[in-house]
Amino acid sequence: MKEKGRFGQYGGFYVPEVLIPALEQLEDAFFRFGLDQGFASELEDLLSHYAGRPTPLYYSRGLSQLVGCTVLLKREDLLHGGAHKINNALGQALLAKYMGKGKLIAETGAGQHGLATATVGALLGMEVKIFMGTTDIGRQRPNVLKMRLLGAEVIPVTGASGTLKDAINEALRYWTANVKDTFYLFGTAAGPHPYPKIVRHFQSVIGREAKCQCLDMFGRLPDVVVACVGGGSNAIGIFGAFMDHPQVRLVGVEAGGLGLDSGMHAATLEKGKVGVLHGARSYVLQDEHGQIIESHSVSAGLDYPGVGPEHSYLKDTGRAEYVSATDEEVLDAFLFMTRREGILPAFESAHAIAWVMSQAGRFEKGQLVLINLSGRGDKDVESFIRQRPQVVGADLKDSEHKGL
Amino acid sequence: MSSYKQVFLSGKVALIPFFVLGDPDEQTCLEIIGAAIDAGADILELGIPFSDPIADGPTIQKADIRALRAGMTPQKALTLISRIEERWDIPIGLLVYYNLVWHFGPEAFYKQAAKAGVNSVLIADLSIDDADEVYPLARSAGLDTVFMVSPNSSDERIRLVAQKTTGFIYAVSVLGVTGARDTLSQSAIDIITRTKRVTTVPVCLGFGISRPEHAAAAAAVGADGVIVGSKLVGLVEQNLSDKGQIVRSVRQLILQFRSAL
Ligand SMILES: Cc1ncc(COP(=O)(O)O)c(C=O)c1O
Repeated sequence: MKEKGRFGQYGGFYVPEVLIPALEQLEDAFFRFGLDQGFASELEDLLSHYAGRPTPLYYSRGLSQLVGCTVLLKREDLLHGGAHKINNALGQALLAKYMGKGKLIAETGAGQHGLATATVGALLGMEVKIFMGTTDIGRQRPNVLKMRLLGAEVIPVTGASGTLKDAINEALRYWTANVKDTFYLFGTAAGPHPYPKIVRHFQSVIGREAKCQCLDMFGRLPDVVVACVGGGSNAIGIFGAFMDHPQVRLVGVEAGGLGLDSGMHAATLEKGKVGVLHGARSYVLQDEHGQIIESHSVSAGLDYPGVGPEHSYLKDTGRAEYVSATDEEVLDAFLFMTRREGILPAFESAHAIAWVMSQAGRFEKGQLVLINLSGRGDKDVESFIRQRPQVVGADLKDSEHKGL
Repeated sequence: MSSYKQVFLSGKVALIPFFVLGDPDEQTCLEIIGAAIDAGADILELGIPFSDPIADGPTIQKADIRALRAGMTPQKALTLISRIEERWDIPIGLLVYYNLVWHFGPEAFYKQAAKAGVNSVLIADLSIDDADEVYPLARSAGLDTVFMVSPNSSDERIRLVAQKTTGFIYAVSVLGVTGARDTLSQSAIDIITRTKRVTTVPVCLGFGISRPEHAAAAAAVGADGVIVGSKLVGLVEQNLSDKGQIVRSVRQLILQFRSAL
């Protein structure tokens, strides 16, 4: 490997020997093609004409009034497929193409990354296998159907909790046996080097755009940038452009689940300890013996006991702060956004919104708060209504909403 | 405490059964290990169960879950090893995932492992690139080192592994995770031959060794030992309702391997 892939003490490539040559090849391809001008323009063309970039920066009147300052939404939810995941999926799939690999595998939690991978697979004529936990298959059914429709094979993973962690385990195992012809299209800024850097690179477009848009609209940088953190890709994507502006406060919002003291959450940076999971040293939710704990969140995309290594580093250095929003706050934020803005945010993104809502009255009036609205919430409608049936009419019968 | 050197110098091909510590429970695990030693095991490879074993196929994953449910922890695993060492004189290689070591505290882990009677610690998700994170700890605790090579490792990497290995090189037979397999692949033969060509450090073949003839074929091309894992661990799973049968079937399989070597 050319680089160590470190962010301070975090990161690295802690994987079995058999995966090292594949990671070396990937690193090599990333340095050779990923940063090459021809590659960049091919990707840019796809991002603008296929995926729908640039995405708007939207002034949210409803949130601004509620919170008491200017709240802006970076509308990644308007991208093709409905989430920021397509930025990375297009980038990595092009890398795969340049490397001559015709088969893609990916893990998915919310199904958004799986959907993005299935989408680019269809576009570029590649065979796609998606590993997804059985719990997540149950709660993100619309995305499962879409992936299948797009021609991807969705492989259910049982594992301990049937969530993202187990999906990654199984995808890594599959890759181990199929490294020769298969490209692992990793969905978040975690995992072994070079993935955290590759994903950051392909997601950095979010922050670059948002920064220009904010300067255009307001003539200055935002004061606060807020993003939800699962593995950390949408957050690192928007944070990047502001990293070297120390006056910009960076806030990552983790899944608080049933509360940080309940033991039922996915607040890895707030409650985890340093360890090694899925190939990287980072904060990890683990028990007193070092066994990985099953996380909990209403949002499948944040339901992960690990986190990307760069976020661990940003936490330790204090450059970014990490907070959380509970399941209930997220459902409230989801409903608020639908009713006040006509926007259905993904449960994941609703964490960032929920935290900003919880800060109502704490920002100064003139402040600019930029939220990364990483995805749209169509996939979560069923789940929302199961938990708050009264919202669409309390008489909705059990049998009816099962069939939604 | 006998050493790897003694085994490899004896000239025979080392028979190395793998078990998950505490599978299906501590007592039965001890009995299984006793039977394996009786039947001719030369070295033991023992795994501490982990919640997320990415290098393992379904058989060993399930064994990890059984052992964890039965209450196994890294600390208890080391205690179990010292009980094995009290009764039998056999070299023991420990197989772990890095998070367990990291959480325990690497220095404390290596020291306590040495005290329990372990001969080496192999970390499945730590490659030779990061060997320096543990090599000095292992050596100062008086332990040998074991690292893996696999069919896609370059000769250059195999050489690096050989330089850092004082115990034996664990050659992975296939591209893939652990699991019983019907045939010994060509890649198994190739990795042994390639490794033997660049180093004199003993080379043991593992992953998918399921039949006595696989062991014999590996020995024929120069393997210094064979590690039999999933096939044995599968016997635990298949006979969960009859612990006596687990012990008997393990003994029988080891005897078959022994006579093939
Ligand atoms: C819309 C959306 N936002 C955020 C995430 C969380 O991932 P990350 O932290 O990598 O952005 C997901 C993951 O599925 C998602 O679908």
